[in-house]
Amino acid sequence: MKATMDTQADLRRAPFGALLTELGERRDDVVVLAADLARYVDILDYADRHPDRFLQMGMSEQNTVGVASGLAKTGHLPVVVTYGVFLTRRAYDQVAMALATGPTRVLLVGFMPGITTPFRATHQAIDDVALMRALPHMQVIDPADAVDMAAGLEAAAEHEGPTYMRAFRGVQEPLERIEGDLDATLLAEGSEAAFVSTGLGSQWAAAARAELERSGVSVAHLHVPRLKPLAADALAEFCAGHDHVVCVENHTRAGGLFEAIAAALAERGVGVRLTHAGIPDSWPPSGGQDHIREVLGLDATALARLATAKEDR
Amino acid sequence: MTEALEDRARALRAQAVWIAAGRGQGYIGQALGTADLMACLFFDEGRRFDGDDPDRDRFVLSPGHYALSLYAVLAEQGRLPIELLRTYGMDGSDIEESPLEGLTGFEITGGSLAQGLSQALGIALGKELRGDGGTVFCLISDGELQEGQTWEAVLAAASRAPSNLVVLLDRNGRQVDGPTEDINPLEPVADKLVAFGLATRVLDGHDVAAIQEGLEWAEAQDGPAILVCETELGHGVDAIRDAAYPHYVRADPEFWEDATRRLDSEVSA
Repeated sequence: MKATMDTQADLRRAPFGALLTELGERRDDVVVLAADLARYVDILDYADRHPDRFLQMGMSEQNTVGVASGLAKTGHLPVVVTYGVFLTRRAYDQVAMALATGPTRVLLVGFMPGITTPFRATHQAIDDVALMRALPHMQVIDPADAVDMAAGLEAAAEHEGPTYMRAFRGVQEPLERIEGDLDATLLAEGSEAAFVSTGLGSQWAAAARAELERSGVSVAHLHVPRLKPLAADALAEFCAGHDHVVCVENHTRAGGLFEAIAAALAERGVGVRLTHAGIPDSWPPSGGQDHIREVLGLDATALARLATAKEDR
Repeated sequence: MTEALEDRARALRAQAVWIAAGRGQGYIGQALGTADLMACLFFDEGRRFDGDDPDRDRFVLSPGHYALSLYAVLAEQGRLPIELLRTYGMDGSDIEESPLEGLTGFEITGGSLAQGLSQALGIALGKELRGDGGTVFCLISDGELQEGQTWEAVLAAASRAPSNLVVLLDRNGRQVDGPTEDINPLEPVADKLVAFGLATRVLDGHDVAAIQEGLEWAEAQDGPAILVCETELGHGVDAIRDAAYPHYVRADPEFWEDATRRLDSEVSA
């Protein structure tokens, strides 16, 4: 039994859960909705502290999104927390109609982004950002650490419409930042290689950068937590300063950061070679995150090689 | 009061036909079929839907195509000018055949079906959380019972059990491709709703006294209640009721003039 207790304690120390609890303390208009899975998305602590403002809706994503919309229509700030795949795929029409037409201020939090789970296709949310970016009025955030998640919660509360934010379990080391905000944060300055990245992709790129720096290669790195609205000018300006930029994301090539930047560069006439380092147009393999990264060429060594390659793979 | 509401229902039918006649087409069958329900809901004493008082009642229209039903109410209440309403469905008009939320009277975007009940439940729970008064009335259509989300919402409504939620089910028995019982049978509807845990009552959706009594009964329940209102598409205008496809009627001006004349004579009689 001791092991179970420890597991529970670990769950309760989760960063997103702690931030959500804190938000609930600060704002009495927050209502959190679960569609089962509350224990896996780190919201039990919030539920314990605010049982009157916690709705366990069970496995019913479509209804849950609708109820959240109704709560917002009576002045609440609803936060729906479940797995990204179910939130964005099962309830897409509900998100589009009940939240994005108003638009209605609701925060959707999708756990297990990209390859952070071994359950291939069914639980790996590799297309969630694309789906959510396609909706008018939707704000989309892919955090790399607790700093981003905290800023994302604030941005959601201020946004006049729905927000989709990815979240993950467990503690990610906070990125070392030079300057910036949710739109664009400069992580490193350099001239011999360049990364632009989002979400956990920024953690992966930071690891590759560390390898390169150890070999004396100077690397620039821009982290982009907010994918919509996109800081297109800042991104184009960053990319224009380099011959080759590697875009790292925990998402498919279709409709993620890579295509967003490519569009921003094309519209501004910036001719920079941009390489995608993320999930190809196929279902990622099963397994631990390190294994999948290795298979997909997203491990630090592969990314470092990509960033210094003279031509594309 | 019952007679006054029957007059009001006739007036709503006349308004709906007059609005649809502007462009010569529209979802008139539903507007005529629900006129008695809308008359009782909006024109009986004691309910207030307009303004921004948090204690006001709320009306959630789940099937957006029924907008014409609500436009007739808004015309009759004087909340939107009839000249504007008569641009129903025209290019560039705000009076869309299935509008988005935000237009006067429209709390939700209802055109993609079966999304209303969940949002009505959310509004009801939101009111309870805040301690606000008022009842949430949600109109759903029987075709929406074929969508899974309706049953997710019914399940949740029964367990959450807000006492401020009343559902009106328009049981007209028809959907785009034919009778509901031929397409994907729904019966026994009332038994299913009871089994899910909703206080359920079946009534004649064209009997104003029965509707009045049903609404009072529903509002008095401790938890959510649903009125299964048996209606007829196009009720009150034989030519529309008997049309091959009463859901959506497209006709020449003479047709609408004739319907308007008949309804006007009933209203003034």
